[in-house]
Amino acid sequence: MNQHTSFLRKKPKLDIFANPNAELVFWCIFAVGLMMVPVFGSAYFLYMACLVCINLVATVGLNITVGYAGLLSIGHSAFLGVGAYASALAFLHMGTPLALNIVIGAVSAFSVGLVFGLPALRIKGVHLAIATLAAQYSLYFIFQQWTSVTGGDRGLSLPKTDILGMGDTGFYYVVAFVALITSIAARNLFRTRIGRSFIAVREKDYAAQVLGINVVGVKLMAFGIGAAYAGIAGALLAAFLRIVNPDQFTLTSSVFFLAAVVVGGRGSILGAMLGAVFMTLMPEILREGISFAMGPEADMASVLSPLREIIFGALIVGFLIFEPRGLVGIVRRIMGHREVVDAGTGH
Amino acid sequence: MIQQLENLLQVSDINVSFGGLKALSNVNLSVPSNRVTAVIGPNGAGKTTLFNVISGFYSADSGSIQYEKMDLLTMPAHSRSKIGISRTFQNIALFPGMSVLENIKLGAHAQLKTNVFSAAIYLGSAAREERAISERIYDRLLNLLELEDYADRSISGLPYGIQKRIELARALAGEPKLLMLDEPFAGMNTAEKANMANHMRQIIERTNITVLLIDHDMESIMSIADSISVLNFGSLIASGTPSEIQKNPAVIDAYLGEE
Amino acid sequence: MNLFLEFSLVGIASGGIYVLSALSFVIVYKATNIFNFATGEMMMFGTYFFYVFDTQLGFGWIVGLAAGLTSAAILAMIIERVLLRPLLGRPHLVLIMVTFGVGSILRGLAGMIWGPTVRQLPEILPRTPIFIGDILLPGKLAWGFVIAGVIAALFMAYYKYSRAGIAIRATATDQITAESLGINIRGVFLLAWALAGVLAAASGIITASVNGVTPQLGLVALNVLAVVMLAGMNSVGGVILAGLFIGWIETVVGAYFGAAWQSFVPYLIVLLVMIVKPSGLFGEEKVERI
Ligand SMILES: Nc1ncnc2c1ncn2[C@@H]1O[C@H](COP(=O)(O)OP(=O)(O)OP(=O)(O)O)[C@@H](O)[C@H]1O
Ligand SMILES: [Mg+2]
Repeated sequence: MNQHTSFLRKKPKLDIFANPNAELVFWCIFAVGLMMVPVFGSAYFLYMACLVCINLVATVGLNITVGYAGLLSIGHSAFLGVGAYASALAFLHMGTPLALNIVIGAVSAFSVGLVFGLPALRIKGVHLAIATLAAQYSLYFIFQQWTSVTGGDRGLSLPKTDILGMGDTGFYYVVAFVALITSIAARNLFRTRIGRSFIAVREKDYAAQVLGINVVGVKLMAFGIGAAYAGIAGALLAAFLRIVNPDQFTLTSSVFFLAAVVVGGRGSILGAMLGAVFMTLMPEILREGISFAMGPEADMASVLSPLREIIFGALIVGFLIFEPRGLVGIVRRIMGHREVVDAGTGH
Repeated sequence: MIQQLENLLQVSDINVSFGGLKALSNVNLSVPSNRVTAVIGPNGAGKTTLFNVISGFYSADSGSIQYEKMDLLTMPAHSRSKIGISRTFQNIALFPGMSVLENIKLGAHAQLKTNVFSAAIYLGSAAREERAISERIYDRLLNLLELEDYADRSISGLPYGIQKRIELARALAGEPKLLMLDEPFAGMNTAEKANMANHMRQIIERTNITVLLIDHDMESIMSIADSISVLNFGSLIASGTPSEIQKNPAVIDAYLGEE
Repeated sequence: MNLFLEFSLVGIASGGIYVLSALSFVIVYKATNIFNFATGEMMMFGTYFFYVFDTQLGFGWIVGLAAGLTSAAILAMIIERVLLRPLLGRPHLVLIMVTFGVGSILRGLAGMIWGPTVRQLPEILPRTPIFIGDILLPGKLAWGFVIAGVIAALFMAYYKYSRAGIAIRATATDQITAESLGINIRGVFLLAWALAGVLAAASGIITASVNGVTPQLGLVALNVLAVVMLAGMNSVGGVILAGLFIGWIETVVGAYFGAAWQSFVPYLIVLLVMIVKPSGLFGEEKVERI
């Protein structure tokens, strides 16, 4: 080892992930943890673990778009919907295998994402937020109204996918494997010029241009990757719940993913992972709390759905004001790192 | 000294206006290869505007800019890095969300080849490329600009003079042919200025780089510039060697008028 | 032809309401540069305020209106002062996300407090249809249009001629210069939000006087976004034309192609404007200073 590389190994200052050895240990623990779930968990635990992993994929994707590239997408769940419907339709009509369905989900959400992203991202400003809001409503509308294809409000029902004759456990391993791979892939982007260009575009687009970064191209790529991740999550969700209907992909569920990104920590893969876990478990705890407080016969749906909107919104607002670094920021503070908040102007 | 000077950059009859304000009128400027050309002028003269036109940020109403036989004005702003043009900004434009090393690596963005897929896998070529660029930056830039101790620091909180040097390092990381510096000495004390001038002289000696720079600090400019052009109210009022410019009555007028 | 005229008039009349909420949106954008994604929810909440004072507390519509609009202004000022002010100077994205979060909170609160059922507002506007030649216009719609027009005109006059309006305009043009001229920028922000709250509530009340109010009332904001995009985000005058136009084209498309297509009109317009003229019809393009 020459002096340069040893210098590269100096103690981390910017990120928990800045130390390659610590990071390798982290990913190994994470992978082993995922593998152990079926061994120790009950059926419910396995169910929740699947849900966490699916939300994790979607949140990591949205964090690439919102957190790293600084592009506000407020219709993320619509792209999950595109992935879910596309993969479900492929499965129902052509009997495609799960692995292919995941790819179909990613590609279809990526393509639909471009339809909305392309006009918006050519322009500076909040246009992507407007375009994705339009995507949220118009795609919901298509899911609901195009009855001959999507089954309307009743949606599509799918048969069970059995993986290697292992039933639910087998399916869990697929989901966990996809979650692990997509997280590592996302993390890897930010070791290279690709990830650097996302952050550069977020912080100072004019300086990025001088450095040879095609700002519009990079924005499209960052947004497209986010949509593709949503499509993967959508395909997994369809296979997991075995039902796809419009009400899974509402504005509230887009707020859910945005909250996961903000709560976990914008611009951090670890943050997206923490956020996804937190946000998946939170409604469950909420549900338990309400049925404890109001008795088992309480009218869950009428309380729970507005309460969710309030809490998701409040988490976004509260974290942005009080802990803009999200849970990752809290973790780091506990570990004794000091950090600048929201550096950069982000036009 | 009889030597045929070839112009790396040729600015011809450039006009730029913002609403009613004429920021540049019929500006001509030749930037000879392997030389240091300085642009001076009072505040608001249009110096930065000229840089921004060359960079492709502002569009010119008329005129042309030739760089190595290419017509720059028809090319998008982001295509300049690849053909060897880099610059720094009057107000430092570093990325606070990344480490010093990452900022400098961005200077070589256009020369690197990793794509999304190889980046996501990060085995083989992508990892090799990252290691190579890190080593190149350590070898050629960090020790030259005395930045070794800052490589994995965060940008924010670093002293102004260091940030200026980091931005210079970033501009050099892509091994440009034309380096444009917008007020590299601004905001520095005498020692820092001398230090910066020293660094720049070393860079100019070691590479055959062409420099186009803006500054107000005459002393520093005199010490490194081969020729000087003077802008006033958007028009070129003089150009020549440093000693010629020092004696030029129009230039003296422009600067006295400012006071 | 007559039918077309009738659709057109109905459309333009319903566009009048878009103008009010679009003005609410634009005033905040101009004064504070914040893109307010909670405009629709402010509209919905303002309407519920009116409903509370008028119907639930039984004060009648005059007191109800005064108290409702005041509450709407206060709510808007709280949003500005408590949630957005501490974030001044942080990236733009953050402020916009906060308005988006606020929208979600308000939707949830309304669902929690008033439930998903439709609440009818009192019959203030006369039902008697209005005849223009032999074209019939529903009474509430026509009167709603007139009232929206009056409010919009009052607002424009205030914006153009009052000291406060001039301060807002100065701030919109150049914050730093405005501040150096002694204009209280923070006061301007607060005022802009208060005005936005009132405008949004007024447009919500007029909208709801036809069909009643639910927590989903704010979804019209999407049509309003189309209006704002078409006009150009910083064009106060433009939103009037754009609002009427969007109201018109929606109704006409709905009449001839069916309601399903009507819902697509706003999105199509949003995407079209982005492709053809991103700054909108009346918006100004600035060269960014580097
Ligand atoms: N984007 C812009 N929009 C409007 N006016 C501009 C813009 N950029 C520059 N100007 C104006 O053009 C003129 C020239 O400005 P420029 O920044 O080029 O001056 P400069 O010579 O670099 O001055 P300094 O020495 O102060 O940096 C000034 O009057 C400035 O206000
Ligand atoms: Mg300048």
